[in-house]
Amino acid sequence: MTENTIKVGMADLKHTPHPGTLVTLGLGSCVGIALYDRRTKIIGLAHIMLPWSHQAKNNANKAKFADTGIRLLLENMIESGASKRNITAKLAGGAQMFSFSSNLDTLRIGQRNVEAVKEILQGLGIPIISEDTGGNFGRTIEFYSNDGRLMIKTIGHGIHYI
Amino acid sequence: MDISSLNAYHLDVLKEVGNIGAGNAATALAKLLDKKVDMKVPQIKIMGFSEISEVLGGAETPVVGILLGVLGDITGYILFVLEQNAAASLVNILMGKSVDEKLEYNEISLSALKEVGNILTGAYLSALSALTGLHIKPDIPALAIDMAGAIISVPAIEVGKNSDSVLYIKTEFVQGTDSVIGDFFLVPDAESYFRLLNTLGAY
Repeated sequence: MTENTIKVGMADLKHTPHPGTLVTLGLGSCVGIALYDRRTKIIGLAHIMLPWSHQAKNNANKAKFADTGIRLLLENMIESGASKRNITAKLAGGAQMFSFSSNLDTLRIGQRNVEAVKEILQGLGIPIISEDTGGNFGRTIEFYSNDGRLMIKTIGHGIHYI
Repeated sequence: MDISSLNAYHLDVLKEVGNIGAGNAATALAKLLDKKVDMKVPQIKIMGFSEISEVLGGAETPVVGILLGVLGDITGYILFVLEQNAAASLVNILMGKSVDEKLEYNEISLSALKEVGNILTGAYLSALSALTGLHIKPDIPALAIDMAGAIISVPAIEVGKNSDSVLYIKTEFVQGTDSVIGDFFLVPDAESYFRLLNTLGAY
C-alpha cells in the first residue's frame, strides 16, 4: 500500500492521481467500480448501493446509484486529466449475503446492481477488463494506481488480484 | 419523510418500545437458556448507515447477522447482529458447554443462532406491536457470517431508496458474569415508514 491511501465509504466515490491507493471495506450486495486511466494512472473508485437513481425517492446522493455514480466519477477523473478512451473498468461485489426461502426482490439486489453497472459502462464505451462479482460473501477491495491491479480480500475465500 | 424526521417525543415512544422489547427479549432468553438473564437499559438511536459499521467495530469485522422479513401492517426487515464471541457464548450456554469454548459453525449451532435471533427479534416486534396497535410479525430468519459492512449492506440498500437512516437498538444481556451485546436494526420499507410515524403521532 502507498502512503496515499484513501478510503471510499458506502455510497461514496473518490479518485486520486498516481501514486495512490483507493480502498473500500466490506462490500456486500453493493458494487465497487474501479476505473483506471492507463496513461495518467489516475484511478477512481465508486461504491454504489442501488442500480438506477430514478427508481429511488431520495436520489440526492449521486454516489449511491450506479448510473449517476459512474458518470460523476468519470467526470471527476476527466477533470483531473484522465481521458475516457484510456479508461478501463474492473468490478467487484454484488453478492447475495442472505439466502431466503421467500422471493423478496430486494435480495437479488447484488445481481441487479452488477447488471446495471455493466449496462451503464457499455453505454459509456468503457471496457470491463475483469470482475469478481456474485457469490454469497463480502469483499474488501484495494485499487493501486501503479498498475491498476485490484486486490480482493474475503473471509474464507482467500485474497486474490484481478 | 423519513425516520430521521422523528422528534424527541417519538424517540421517547421508540425508547419505550426498546425497553419493553429488551425486557421481553431477556425473559425469552432466560427461558431458552434456562438461566436468569438481566439486561441493561437499551440504547436507541436513529443512525445514518455510514455510521452503522462503526458501531459494529468496523466494516471488516466478522459478525453474525440474522435477517428477518417483517410482515403485517409494517413490512421491511429487522437485522440482529452479534459479535462472533457473543454468538459463541450464547450457543455454548444453550448447548451446556463452557462459555469460552470456540464456536464451530455447523448445522446445530447455526440453527440455534437463528432461533435466538428469531426469539429476540420477536420480543421487540411484539413490544412495537403492543405500543402501536399495529399487527407486526417476523418472517423466517436467514443467517450470514461475514464482514459487518457486507451484512449491513443488505438492509442499508433497502433503506437507501428512501432515507439514509435506520432505527438502532443496542441491548446488553447479562447472565451471571457474562454479558452479550445484541444490535438490532429496524428497517421499515417506504410505505411502512409513513404508517409507523403516523401511529407514533408524527403526522
